[in-house]
Amino acid sequence: MRITLHIWRQRNANDAGKMVRYELPNVNHEMSFLEMLDVLNEDLIAKNEEPVAFDHDCREGICGMCGCMVNGMAHGPLPGTTLCQLHMRHFKDGDELYLEPWRAKAFPVVKDLVVDRTAFDRIIAAGGYISVATGSAPDGNAVMVPKEDAERSMDAAACIGCGACVAMCPNAAAALFTGAKIAHLGLLPQGQPERQQRAIAMVAQAKQELFGSCTNMGLCEAVCPKEIKLEVIARMNGDFIRASLSGR
Amino acid sequence: MELNSKSPSGPIETRWERHRFNLKLVNPSNKRKYTIIVVGSGLAGGSAAASLAELGYNVHCFCFQDSPRRAHSIAAQGGINAAKNYHNDGDSIYRLFYDTVKGGDFRARESNVYRLAGISLNIIDQCVAQGVPFAREYSGYLDNRSFGGAQVSRTFYARGQTGQQLLLGAYQALERQIGLGAVKMFPRTEMLDLIVVDGRARGIVTRDLITGKIESHFADAVVLGTGGYGNAYYLSTNAKGCNATAIWRAHKRGALFANPCFTQIHPTCIPVSGEYQSKLTLMSESLRNDGRVWVPAKKGDKRAPSQIPEGERDYFLERKYPSFGNLVPRDVASRNAKAACDEGRGVGETGLAVYLDFRDAIQRLGASVIKERYGNLFDMYNRITGEDPYSQPMRIYPAMHYTMGGLWVDYNLMSNVPGLYVIGEANFTDHGANRLGASALMQGLADGYFVLPNTIGDYLASNKFEKVDASHAAAREAEANVNQITQRLLGAKGKRSVDSYHRELGKIMWEHCGMARNAEGLKQALALIPPLREQYWSDVRVLGTGEDLNQSLEKAGRVADFFELAELICRDALDRNESCGGHFREEYQTPEGEAARDDEHYAYAAAWEFQGVGQPPLLHKEPLTFEYVHPSQRSYK
Repeated sequence: MRITLHIWRQRNANDAGKMVRYELPNVNHEMSFLEMLDVLNEDLIAKNEEPVAFDHDCREGICGMCGCMVNGMAHGPLPGTTLCQLHMRHFKDGDELYLEPWRAKAFPVVKDLVVDRTAFDRIIAAGGYISVATGSAPDGNAVMVPKEDAERSMDAAACIGCGACVAMCPNAAAALFTGAKIAHLGLLPQGQPERQQRAIAMVAQAKQELFGSCTNMGLCEAVCPKEIKLEVIARMNGDFIRASLSGR
Repeated sequence: MELNSKSPSGPIETRWERHRFNLKLVNPSNKRKYTIIVVGSGLAGGSAAASLAELGYNVHCFCFQDSPRRAHSIAAQGGINAAKNYHNDGDSIYRLFYDTVKGGDFRARESNVYRLAGISLNIIDQCVAQGVPFAREYSGYLDNRSFGGAQVSRTFYARGQTGQQLLLGAYQALERQIGLGAVKMFPRTEMLDLIVVDGRARGIVTRDLITGKIESHFADAVVLGTGGYGNAYYLSTNAKGCNATAIWRAHKRGALFANPCFTQIHPTCIPVSGEYQSKLTLMSESLRNDGRVWVPAKKGDKRAPSQIPEGERDYFLERKYPSFGNLVPRDVASRNAKAACDEGRGVGETGLAVYLDFRDAIQRLGASVIKERYGNLFDMYNRITGEDPYSQPMRIYPAMHYTMGGLWVDYNLMSNVPGLYVIGEANFTDHGANRLGASALMQGLADGYFVLPNTIGDYLASNKFEKVDASHAAAREAEANVNQITQRLLGAKGKRSVDSYHRELGKIMWEHCGMARNAEGLKQALALIPPLREQYWSDVRVLGTGEDLNQSLEKAGRVADFFELAELICRDALDRNESCGGHFREEYQTPEGEAARDDEHYAYAAAWEFQGVGQPPLLHKEPLTFEYVHPSQRSYK
């Protein structure tokens, strides 16, 4: 099938950037989306044109490295799916696709579709952990965790840190990402001692990174490839408010 | 060269304890004066960097991805083994040790494996304390399952995302240390050379992948936790970025490379669909618990699977291995699938696949039970292939998955280059010739959390370190080397892309040094690879510059190293005239077609010394002795 791509090309952070049109006359419907970009890049190299830079690694939907906007949707049109797991059979002959990098002040464009997401790492470094030095842990079964709590914690822990939530949010908020970590650790007994401090520190860091505030639009939930639920944001807000009231 | 494994003697149960006691310690207040470089941020590198920083060392950690959380440990699905015996089903440290030595087909070091089995207990404790959301029973206690044919339930898991959750645990511990200023993190920074000063590893040369800046970093010890080299085969279950550059360039600086031919093929992967295929996706081998593997009995039978009557199907694993059936080990399942396809009985468009059929299990148990057990895997299969495994059989084919070989290390995890430590999949020690399911995560974390932090202090406390900086001749030479490689790749201005060469190399490797090998094929590969490598250097086309993000240039350097490594893999495979574990030489099999080991001549680790590109490497042997687990022949009939 024939696909027309319009791809954001930007040499580096200082370049203005622009959309460039590419024609792909022979796209196999069994290809993954990224394999289609591989084919485009091979074509470009053959024509002595620099290939399109895009982030990707595991191509199994778990590393969180890939992702771009496809016709305004983070990771493309298929719900619960990272860009690498999206296949061309979901498109039709003659489709025109507009590919853009994640757009957010906290995610500056590095090149073409590649952005800098280290702000997420700094949010985790601010408090997204349980402080336990190697060697000091009690027996694994000394801490019991109700099955339901473990499952809900795992639901939140499934976040892959891809940044789609930020890219889709009109406020470029990192609430789903931050809330997911706060919910993951806050639902476990091990995470209780640092629970309030964690919420304060992580929320403050997100603000410092210039992520916006959450206004409950829910677009993040709609595009999250791991289907993290909005309720993690409610948990974050709850922890944050409790911590603020108790003066921590 | 004398290979001293520093493996302790005496009763195996107390070897690690006695060894630790004999190691020198670094005074706590002096630890901050030592700098340690950790390359790689997966389960091994991430856990090591965090733990070393907790001890007080000054740590610099490097990864090529945009964040340490991306490392490919994240993709491990099944679980992590630990000899907790929570199920009272007869498990013990000794049994895990025994299973690992036997599963490795008697090509691993007993002392290391016993230590690994013992530490497995601490790993689970540590990960639970970090908040890894392991599966729980209704009581709130940890759940276990049996995995990969093990007869005890010792595998801990977090849904099908165990690797992800364990990695996030290590990553969070690492980020905590970064936040505290104890670790300086260098993401999107790739190690391109090792700096060796007076015979000791003292630093690395890196390229900043965004600015292209080539820079030297110095330390008192260098730790490589950079994973395996499965991508030498182009198509593998590894992430696209996985590469052997760090270990290979360290090898070229003198570190011995051990058992490169010990590679593991995973039997249940989604088959190749076309020439554009960029990687292969693994599906947990738990699928073989209920799925039946078959191909049409007749050659070239192109009917849809539902049109092939029962009598015209060949359930070849059940037929050949009546007692283990579809649950034979990975290597046996893989080889038999290949044999069926080689006979022209493969299925699907390419003929390079066999069926994994759930029809009978669905009839017996109902679709809801199958959905509960494998729902996420069925969804994944459906997403990739567009086919529904509830109504038609899956198509599967084996794929390159894990590499047991790696840089040679002693019991302290130090290579033969003093001050260079190698951990996780990047080293060679614990899995022998074949790795058991759910043991990779265990080894990566054992090395990073518990072994290295204990052993590295001995080296630091026993040596004096004069200051080294970028003006040192060794650093200047290493930087010049890296610059020269970059310029050569950019300057070739040839006709073909990096990927086209990588794909061609991969095909040679898969064809001649894949699931089954023979002397003739290996010699052919050794005749094909060097001229292709030469052509690569003069004909590769890398566009753009070295001064900004250039993904083609990154790949080009890695593929250059795969060319050299591929040659070594084939040499090692040709040199090892026996079949063992993942290394199956067709000339050496039992009358039943099983791997025939030759313990008399090959009970050693083959550690190769680099002698120059295209020059035959020098073989050093570390003899392996088995005082506890006595070598026996595997049988799954």
